[in-house]
Amino acid sequence: MAAVTAETQQPDLREARGWRRTKNRIMTILMVVSFVVVLIPLGFVLVSVIAKGASVISWSFLTSGPIPPIVVPAGVGGMGPAVLGTIEITALATVIAVPLGILGAIYLNEYGGKNPLAALIGFMSDVMTGVPSIIMGLFIFTIWVLHFGLSGLAGAFALACLMLPIVIRSSYEMLRLVPNSLREGSYALGATKARVTVTVVLPAAIGGIVSGALLAVARAAGETAPLLFCIGAAASANPNVFSGANTALPSQIFANANQPYPGAQDRGWGAALTLIAICFILMIAARIVTARFARYSR
Amino acid sequence: MEQSEQDTVTNFTVPEPATKPSAAPATGTPVFDVKGVSIYYGSFRAVTNVSLTIYENEITAFIGPSGCGKTTVLRTLNRMNDLVVGAHVEGEVEYRGEALYAKDVSATAVRRRIGMVFQKPNPFPKSIYDNVAYGPRINGIRNKGKLDEIVERSLRQAALWDEVKNRLKNSGLGLSGGQAQRLCIARTLAVEPDVVLMDEPASALDPIATAAIEDLMKDIKSEYTIVIVTHNMQQATRVSDRTAFYSVLVDSENDTRTGTLVEYAPTADLFGNPRDERTKAYVTGRMG
Repeated sequence: MAAVTAETQQPDLREARGWRRTKNRIMTILMVVSFVVVLIPLGFVLVSVIAKGASVISWSFLTSGPIPPIVVPAGVGGMGPAVLGTIEITALATVIAVPLGILGAIYLNEYGGKNPLAALIGFMSDVMTGVPSIIMGLFIFTIWVLHFGLSGLAGAFALACLMLPIVIRSSYEMLRLVPNSLREGSYALGATKARVTVTVVLPAAIGGIVSGALLAVARAAGETAPLLFCIGAAASANPNVFSGANTALPSQIFANANQPYPGAQDRGWGAALTLIAICFILMIAARIVTARFARYSR
Repeated sequence: MEQSEQDTVTNFTVPEPATKPSAAPATGTPVFDVKGVSIYYGSFRAVTNVSLTIYENEITAFIGPSGCGKTTVLRTLNRMNDLVVGAHVEGEVEYRGEALYAKDVSATAVRRRIGMVFQKPNPFPKSIYDNVAYGPRINGIRNKGKLDEIVERSLRQAALWDEVKNRLKNSGLGLSGGQAQRLCIARTLAVEPDVVLMDEPASALDPIATAAIEDLMKDIKSEYTIVIVTHNMQQATRVSDRTAFYSVLVDSENDTRTGTLVEYAPTADLFGNPRDERTKAYVTGRMG
């Protein structure tokens, strides 16, 4: 360009004009635009749920029951039974799915090796991730609810079926990240395989495993379809998760939000906000737990 | 390094894997007796026909170019290669008169007596204390006082105690490369093994850390038998009593290569008076 003559020795350090610079600009703009586009629905969901749900939320809404019939205006009764049901059922599903999932992942990564059985299990668990949640609900309905009736336990089974492949996959990926040199270091001290797994591999991966498991829990807490067939719709709190109809926040959202009565709609929004808050708390817990376990893995 | 080479000129045998141990004064008790060992990874023969004897309270160095199988042989001595899918060993490896690869031998029991330090420092993501106490704990020592004692003794032996004694609860991953490697050595010494195998323990370290580790090897030699793989010939001359030189045999017809032991002799002899042309070329820097 201009800097050819000897007296102007100033080097031009800017990116040269031309297609390359244009391309860079286009890509940067595209990235910013996609980021904003992704944020819009998220922000919209949050804002509308908070705007419409916040007015309903109160301590008695969260804790007291029974859940009133849909025609009753807002302010009477509360979602207490649904909050309790969601916590009970999700906790039970977690107790079922997380240990199984972690053990499955340990088998796949540490013991399976090139075993065809391990390959098959890994593949089937990936397929299971793609099974629609309503199918899981139908499955539990057929094999459990038809014989033993509606219960929180049946709902927990259905949610556990949903969580299991997620826990397996996330734990497996975390175990795979543990460097082999750590395993060898432990073997070289005369540790058995079980010992290596329990004392070196699991502690090194635990942060990721726990956060993966909590993500699965948060996912399951918000599932509606599997619960529809399995837990029924109780109006009052049922602390016995093992028998009798129960209820949960997603079911209540489903039952209330599509009604013409303003009271029911308000309760639906309130339940939606409560559910989002529960998931949010779980996510934060996941972060804290991960950070805590990561103390020694810098 | 330049030595008189006149008396070896007559010795012009070779390309065969000639592996007669040098007729050196076999003063010590043999710890390992390796006889005609070939090691395979699947169908690939990584090492062919290695025979050598490793003696008690000596430092034995394995040297040679990359791909010559020295690490493979080292990992055979405490059955670390069992962990590699498809690896198997032909020939005999005897450890203090017992066949190491006999059916009823437990690799775990073997590794408790034959420890290993790796090329890349691999401290566990635990505290410094827990790193060192790991081995004793898996061997069933739970007594806090005893563990404290073992941790201090091992860290002192590894010349790390003064640097870390005030932060034993800190993560082992926060140490520098040289410190981390000494931590790994302390961890290995904590189980009081009979033999310590070292796979290029100083290759990732600066000269000062290397010197510290070499000093430590000489210090602990009276209590342990040490086998070290090194790329650094000066290191072999500085620390080792005996040296084994490995090389690569290339079969250009089938396009296969395999490692083999060329010469095994007391270190001074191997470097000063190599009997094999390939050894001479390697140690004088004309090859590799």
